[in-house]
Amino acid sequence: MLQIKDLHASVEDKTILRGINLEVKAGEVHAIMGPNGSGKSTLASVIAGKEEYEVDKGEILLNEEDLEELAAEERAHKGIFLSFQYPVEIPGVSVTNFIKTAINATRKAKGLADMPAKDMLKMIREKSEMLEIDRKFLSRSLNVGFSGGEKKRNEIFQMAMLEPKLAILDETDSGLDIDALRIVANGVNKLKSKDNAVVVITHYQRLLDYIVPDFVHVLLDGRIVKSGGPELAHELEEKGYDWIKEEVDA
Amino acid sequence: MSLKEKLVSSFLAFENNIDIDSPVHDIRSEAIKTFETNGFPSKKEEAWKYTSLNSVLKHDYSVFPKQENALEYKDIKKYFIHDIDTYKIIFIDGKYSSHLSQTTHDGIDVCLMSSALNKPKYRLIIENYFNKIAAKDSLASLNTAFSSEGAYIHIPKNKLVEKPIQIIHFSTGNEAALMLQPRNLIVVDENSHVQIIERHQSLTDNPVLTNSVTEIFANKRAIVDYYKVQNDNKNASLIDSTYVNQKDQSHCLVHTFSFGGKLTRNNLNFYQNGERMDSTMKGITIIGDKQHVDHNTLVHHIEPNCESHQDYKGIFADSSTGVFNGKVVVDKLAQKTNAFQSNNNILLSDKASINTKPQLEIFADDVKCSHGCTIGQLDESALFYMKQRGIPEKEARALLMYAFSNNVLGSVKIPELKQRITKIIADKLGVNIGFDL
Repeated sequence: MLQIKDLHASVEDKTILRGINLEVKAGEVHAIMGPNGSGKSTLASVIAGKEEYEVDKGEILLNEEDLEELAAEERAHKGIFLSFQYPVEIPGVSVTNFIKTAINATRKAKGLADMPAKDMLKMIREKSEMLEIDRKFLSRSLNVGFSGGEKKRNEIFQMAMLEPKLAILDETDSGLDIDALRIVANGVNKLKSKDNAVVVITHYQRLLDYIVPDFVHVLLDGRIVKSGGPELAHELEEKGYDWIKEEVDA
Repeated sequence: MSLKEKLVSSFLAFENNIDIDSPVHDIRSEAIKTFETNGFPSKKEEAWKYTSLNSVLKHDYSVFPKQENALEYKDIKKYFIHDIDTYKIIFIDGKYSSHLSQTTHDGIDVCLMSSALNKPKYRLIIENYFNKIAAKDSLASLNTAFSSEGAYIHIPKNKLVEKPIQIIHFSTGNEAALMLQPRNLIVVDENSHVQIIERHQSLTDNPVLTNSVTEIFANKRAIVDYYKVQNDNKNASLIDSTYVNQKDQSHCLVHTFSFGGKLTRNNLNFYQNGERMDSTMKGITIIGDKQHVDHNTLVHHIEPNCESHQDYKGIFADSSTGVFNGKVVVDKLAQKTNAFQSNNNILLSDKASINTKPQLEIFADDVKCSHGCTIGQLDESALFYMKQRGIPEKEARALLMYAFSNNVLGSVKIPELKQRITKIIADKLGVNIGFDL
């Protein structure tokens, strides 16, 4: 599904990614771990098409299609979803109206008519119940005055509504208490299928107890320096990143 | 003949046509002298530094309404808030239209300034309130000199007026160019509550210049909610001068929605003559082309323990220009004043501009006053967020602008009006996202 080949990227002339290679197949869950400043969020932003980031070398393919020329919204239409580490606040636009707009924009891009209101409501009800989201929450302005946990839950709600092929969860566990973490993780697990893939970006092992990855990659200084199975995450939790740094330096 | 000369020379004829015993006769005569001495304001005056009237004064306006022109309700229904029951005071080319209006004398007076100025039973109110707070500057004086028609609203004490009152001035375009000078007087007595919506609407592209003056008196514990809907045609200009005098524990809110018109100047003045009251001014301005909107506000805190809130948002496209000049005066006596002012603007083109100037004059030492103004572009991270959810750039921008301006609508208390304004904003910004309207 996703192939990243020798990706180099920079922002404001500062090189951040220095040759990333990654392949994510349908049905897989990948975790990308690494210390602060290793380039995790940059990788997520570059895949999603944030304009400030310059791809200097290499390519990103989604189902064999090069994404380079595609704008962020076109990538979204192809099924890329990024759950933001810091979701933005949009006063005056309710959660419901925002997600309706997003869904219908995606449908329009695919040449489909707007989703009938009845279907939309039904879907909103199902997905919000799955994530234990209160109905009142849906009529509030998007992310305005939301707690950290509410913001993240709202991200996963949008993911559930948009049904992406590739979901990238950027630090979705930060700001979540243990109950919220469980609800969010359950939501992600329910959305998993053999046709889609999830990339979880995280600092900590915690989230990976709930969303169990097939592969764990360690990102250090803009490169993936080590890959392994779920046991690698446990090892990182126990020993930190220094031993990997030493291994790389050696 | 210049417009000034035309107005001054027609004053005598105007006065001859009305009752010479009228208590406002002296006021009118004094006012025309003020106008004659000062003329129309020019950019040399500090208060008019960024707004030139030259382009609107060049037309040969008819200055008196000649005849009553008829309009069919169905043709102009869209300018009304028509989905709820309201009182209506409707004017067509400056003349009262009885068939479009719905006035009342049942416990409250919702009627005409012309009646109030001429009938003895209103004399006391006129003597006590008429022209008591309107400025004595040249434009307000010009209006005073020719004041004969407009809305007269008197709510005696302990009345909750359940229906909003709509004041609408239509101009038909039957005159090649028309000048209107409506004069409104609104007196709300103790514990009473009223909601008023005012609109000026020209129905053609013929030039219209409206020089409107409104005096509002909110007595003890009165609540006055006033909404100005300015979405006029491209050759219509409006100079609106509104003066609000508040007494103890009253609450007054004025919302000004400026979307249309060629040149709009809003002089909005609050005088807080009492304690523990609150004055709120909110505005949304969304304009383009060569439109110009100037908000000139004043809050005068005279006594202790009062609040004022100002929140103005502006979006300026093309070559449009905006002005915000917000003056807050806190007298020495007015301790424990809380005065807040904010003016946020988005410029969408290199040719658009906004001049924003807070002016604080504080003579008391135990007060909280804050002001802030911003001029910016749209938040790039918010744009990326929306695009990531599949919303195309253009729509994302529109939605962000909608969110930016719509924020002010939270305090609109008439749901039907709020919906209408929401719709105008959405249309104006090209947002079509299936809002729940």
